[in-house]
Amino acid sequence: MKRYRKILVLGSGALKIGEAGEFDYSGSQAIKALKEEKIKTVLVNPNIATFQTSKTLADEVYFLPVNAYFVEKVIKKEKPDGIFLSFGGQTALNCGLKLQEKGILKKYGVKVLGSPIKSIELTEDRQFFADHLKSIGIPVPPSGSATDLNQAQKIVKKISFPVMVRAAYALGGQKSGVAHNQKELKEIVEGALAISPQVLIEKYLHHFKEIEYEVVRDRFNNTVTVCNMENFDPLGIHTGDSIVIAPSQTLTNEEYHGLREASIKIVKSLKIVGECNVQYALNPNPKNGKLDYYVIEVNARLSRSSALASKATGYPLAYVAAKLALGKSLLEVKNKITQVTQSFFEPALDYVVVKMPRWDLEKFKGAEEKIGSAMKSVGEVMAIGRSFEEAVQKAVRMQSGHNESITDIDFKNKDEVKHFLATPTPKRIFAIGEALKGGMSVRAIRKLTGIDEWFLFRLENIVKAETNFIRHCEGVHPTQAILSQKKIVSSSRKDMAQSGTPRNDIRSSDLLRLKQLGFSDKKIAQMCGKKELEIRQMRIELSIKPSIFQIDTLAGEVPAKTNYLYLTYHGGHNDVAPLGKKAVMVLGSGPYHIGSSVEFDWSCVYAAMALKKHKKQSIIINCNPETVSTDYDMSDRLYFENLSFETVADIFEFEKADSLIISVGGQRPNNLANRLAKEGFKLLGTAAQNIDRAEDRNKFSAALDKLDILQPKWQSFANIKDAEKFAEKAGYPVLVRPSYVLSGSCMSVCYTPEQLKDFVLKAGLLSPEYPVTISKFIENAKELEFDAVAQNGNLIIYAISEHVENAGVHSGDATIVYPTQRVYASTEFQIKEISKKIAKELKVTGPFNIQFLVKDNRPYVIEVNLRASRTFPLLSKALDANFPEMAVDAFFGKAKKFEYEHPSHVVVKSPQFSFARLSGADPVLRVEMASTGEVAAFGKTYNEALLKSILSANNFDFQKKAVLLSLGGEINKVKFLEAAGALLDLGYKIFATDATANFLKQQGIACQAVKKASEKSANALEVISDKEVSFVVNLSQPRFRPVESPLKRRLTKGFYLRRAAVDNQILLFTDLHLARAFVKSLENYSMEDLEVKSYKQYFTG
Amino acid sequence: MQAKLILKDGTEYLGQSFGAEKPMTGEVVFATGMVGYPESLTDPSFRGQILVYTYPLIGNYGVPDKKFWESSRLQISGLIVCNYNSTPSHYSSRQTLSEWLKKEGVPGLEIKDTRGLTLKLRDHGVMLGKVVFGKNDIAFEDPNLRNLVAEVSIKKVYESGKGKKTVALIDCGAKRNIVRCLTSRGLKVIVVPWDYDVLKIRQKISAVIISNGPGDPTMARVTLDTVRKILAKKIPILGICLGNQILTLAAGGTTYKLKFGHRGQNQPCVLSGTKKAYLTTQNHGFAVAKIPNGFKEWFYNANDNTNEGIIHKSLPVMSVQFHPEAAPGPTDTDWVFDEFINKLR
Repeated sequence: MKRYRKILVLGSGALKIGEAGEFDYSGSQAIKALKEEKIKTVLVNPNIATFQTSKTLADEVYFLPVNAYFVEKVIKKEKPDGIFLSFGGQTALNCGLKLQEKGILKKYGVKVLGSPIKSIELTEDRQFFADHLKSIGIPVPPSGSATDLNQAQKIVKKISFPVMVRAAYALGGQKSGVAHNQKELKEIVEGALAISPQVLIEKYLHHFKEIEYEVVRDRFNNTVTVCNMENFDPLGIHTGDSIVIAPSQTLTNEEYHGLREASIKIVKSLKIVGECNVQYALNPNPKNGKLDYYVIEVNARLSRSSALASKATGYPLAYVAAKLALGKSLLEVKNKITQVTQSFFEPALDYVVVKMPRWDLEKFKGAEEKIGSAMKSVGEVMAIGRSFEEAVQKAVRMQSGHNESITDIDFKNKDEVKHFLATPTPKRIFAIGEALKGGMSVRAIRKLTGIDEWFLFRLENIVKAETNFIRHCEGVHPTQAILSQKKIVSSSRKDMAQSGTPRNDIRSSDLLRLKQLGFSDKKIAQMCGKKELEIRQMRIELSIKPSIFQIDTLAGEVPAKTNYLYLTYHGGHNDVAPLGKKAVMVLGSGPYHIGSSVEFDWSCVYAAMALKKHKKQSIIINCNPETVSTDYDMSDRLYFENLSFETVADIFEFEKADSLIISVGGQRPNNLANRLAKEGFKLLGTAAQNIDRAEDRNKFSAALDKLDILQPKWQSFANIKDAEKFAEKAGYPVLVRPSYVLSGSCMSVCYTPEQLKDFVLKAGLLSPEYPVTISKFIENAKELEFDAVAQNGNLIIYAISEHVENAGVHSGDATIVYPTQRVYASTEFQIKEISKKIAKELKVTGPFNIQFLVKDNRPYVIEVNLRASRTFPLLSKALDANFPEMAVDAFFGKAKKFEYEHPSHVVVKSPQFSFARLSGADPVLRVEMASTGEVAAFGKTYNEALLKSILSANNFDFQKKAVLLSLGGEINKVKFLEAAGALLDLGYKIFATDATANFLKQQGIACQAVKKASEKSANALEVISDKEVSFVVNLSQPRFRPVESPLKRRLTKGFYLRRAAVDNQILLFTDLHLARAFVKSLENYSMEDLEVKSYKQYFTG
Repeated sequence: MQAKLILKDGTEYLGQSFGAEKPMTGEVVFATGMVGYPESLTDPSFRGQILVYTYPLIGNYGVPDKKFWESSRLQISGLIVCNYNSTPSHYSSRQTLSEWLKKEGVPGLEIKDTRGLTLKLRDHGVMLGKVVFGKNDIAFEDPNLRNLVAEVSIKKVYESGKGKKTVALIDCGAKRNIVRCLTSRGLKVIVVPWDYDVLKIRQKISAVIISNGPGDPTMARVTLDTVRKILAKKIPILGICLGNQILTLAAGGTTYKLKFGHRGQNQPCVLSGTKKAYLTTQNHGFAVAKIPNGFKEWFYNANDNTNEGIIHKSLPVMSVQFHPEAAPGPTDTDWVFDEFINKLR
């Protein structure tokens, strides 16, 4: 076995649809595995919010774009002797292929570890790969590849409709789809060819089952399949968008092992060393009773599915893959869970796992709701149970935090239900619930959906239990629906538990059965007209409590030293003993979604790790398989469970823990503060009533008034008259947002009374129960973030960062710079003083964040969050200070004031958007967040850092000196004039749309006029689709933008232009300030000027 | 209908019956495979045993046609699961698991805490147990005291397949897939009962295969005698599972009872002297202790280092503790058949 000295690991960059937090997990595991072998590690990953980019992990971290140019620079500097390409998703793999193609790896003597690059290339070329599989006797769907529409049509003639069209070299099935006719074929092929030079067309296998295997092979040809998974949805829905169950449920021995054997054959033929994923289509009704399957896809790298498989089985795939890449055999790698067996085995599960995607399609205005072969989900949850019913109901609750059960979403009528059965959308499982409730047969649903009856029968089981229970409750107490507490307390526990007779209105046996079917206390309470706590009380009286079971990889066959746990009602014992008072529970963030991403997992992990210092043991609760916090070695105990009051309370009461930390996992755990505190659970940090004072708009406003702190004028209203009156008085524009009860996913700035009326009325936002908040929108204001940790109301550490865009762009979508660049010292001083006052008033202990608007050097407070914010990892790294650790110190009263010098470097964070994957969505910045991830870069100056940061999240070609400008409104034109001149000086060819071109020419700036995009004339669109420009600036005037009514969409010319830029992967700016800053950066820096410095170097010089 | 599983140590598990309402006793063992219950339940090696599945959902794909079973009937004494699935979904299903159990008089019980039961069996070793309904109690009975091989073996000789070479299969409780594996490789197979003297077969026999089977190998005395005679004649032998133990004993080695046996589809075996490892299906309570003279270790278990096969140092005589015929389980080791057959003259 060759000894490696230093290994370069490539990360996956920002979180985006199709490439999310799972690669933080896999990269972190890989680095840990290398550290164990005492091999030096270098990581390139601009995703600053990841755990893998921590100072404590890799020896050197580079916050730089993962592309051939920068990675070559890093290789030249660091001189690694090996490189890992399979731990950073498609981004890392593509970069690796480029490095190989350019001969860079050979030039610097860097060996690709793990699977041979030839095999990776083979799996990436669909036609070659299909030929390869055929040559080893593995069936692939009849197919062909094409590079233009004509070829595509010829292929379809041969294999006939319906066909599946996929783009080669694309992330997560991007731009692929099923075509049933020529028109659809044309649409999909053209879309795919815009992002890829090649499309693969194959026979669409209607209602086949979709099955996946995760395979591991070592260089001695030892191969195991760690896990198999079955998609709930039939073939045709991307596995990332499908509900998935592990292990498969409807496969016989012959099918399971037949596909397993094929997987091993494929992996051996490719000489994979490490991990590989194989996806199959399996015929549910083979004509001759023989195994009838096709290989759909093979990923020769760690993937989202492998992260899921890893969490589902307890088998640390990424860790093992890293060891194998070094040349070890599976027999030499210890099973980390049992500590006595080794890694050559296939986990035996004694539970089932259900993965459910989390979509946020409503956050993307205009995005199509339909799901299919291109992934649209932004995150996922994983639920563990001992029956499918138990697991799937848990998953439903984990997914949104709002739905309790598959019967929780209402549909207008039967037709609507049918529509949502026939058309796959995020609502499909709820439509099934509703259809079953309405008496539709399993067979009929199967026909419409193609979902295997096995799953439908399980859902029917849930629905029937619900219906029967409701009927029973109505029968027992037709009028009175309130449980007599006394009755329960006085009746003998044993008596109730065993007799099963209706001593009360709810039978003990019924309650147990409902819990086994996965019903929450809250849902049971709703079904029988009681309160959640009454059901909880009753359960405790009856000793109906969940069992705590371990995930031990061998179904109990070997004693395991594992801390990986879940709850189930299909048990009668607990696998572990309570940790007691030395334990502190840390609540994680739940599924990644827009607004809650890897940055909260980072804080959660560091908070848990900091507990050790205070001699506490950590218990993490989280349900997101894409996280580092759910790794087996991140906490003393891990509960892969929901972040609901019921579950958290159950775990706390079982563990008899000391206290809870709810302020590091984002808004989801934070929302539990009040309830947990009310029920007497001890929360560390800021008191729940003070959290409430910050969250409740009325109370918070009163507090600010009392402290004499400015805030934008606001008011709650329940009818449109009041809203209009307020807007007249305060003056337009106004910001309108529904009460946070409705998830706050619908905000808008209104510039005119018409817009206000349109938005409020048409959106159906008004109800007396949930008033809408309206506030004065201050135009052309700056937005600043204040992030801090306090102890008993005193600041311990703080940092002020600045939005590059003006207020009006959600902080998650804004480009943020630290330290501030354009802010007066006096403003910063005021901000600090205001923050101190707020911290004092709310007696803050722990993390907090305040958002300020600044207009004319006067700061207004717009929001306070008494929890760790999205910017925590960014600032922690920028300051080289650990905010969450300091927060934990503060919880225990041990925090010391942090002194630091003004930094000599600048850090810029840029958002990552995934608009390209969401057809129909308008890629424009708004008050509502739409980005799926972020990157950050360090630099000597603001401009250098900004340029690197933008390059990290976008493709940009320095060589292609051409730009398209479309500047809406006089002000935008005037304000961009200087930048346009600068571009010209830089040698840029300027294309400009009609009015912009006229203006520029008048001002003496040479440009080529193009017709503004519209459906008819496509001049500007052609400039984009022909990739004649390297970036596009499209500025529109917000006041003329159509109001963001969820019911109404007007497609403007600007929309087509923006959409074209996004679809052709061309850098797009829709914000004046950011666009100008970018041009300024181009003026000051060429690609060669950008420094290649490691994170540590920014602190040591 | 409620019923109880009672263990010899007095532990009781209350459960819901989904099989025949017939009290039964047996040795309680657990198996960790996640698929293949129709194959396992008809595997004669399970004779006399009350089988606990650690995988919690059983019955999902119903029961296929008889011709896909591993023997002509259910072999287990009882079935214990966490959740029985009464609504199977599969094109090959001909009846539900519940219907099958009822038809063949085998009790089935849903007891929820199968994990607790498994941990108990793991820590204490396998235990006698019984499934009882209401007040109809029965006595505990140790199936290992019976000659289980005699119970499950065929009564009459039969032939299967066509081929130039003929092999004899001593049926100590053979799974049908062993015959399928041999005939599909172009062999004619003469299947004989456990106590049949193979040397009396009039046709020319190229090799003898000793099958899997239930219980303690020392109980199969007649088979041991036969195998000694075959060894003396230097006829090639392949032993499978119980056959591994019988060959060991016949050649002068020893066997012992494992604490809780190996029953599952994920047992890792290493080809001795190499870094090659295979996943195997296993279903045995006894194992080889002393390897007989003239033989060497062929495979060993990567988890607990127990013996997984022996091979003669010079003759084509070998045996494996695992099931190269799979069904259920991984097909990694079907090359064992090829390797053996290649050595036949």
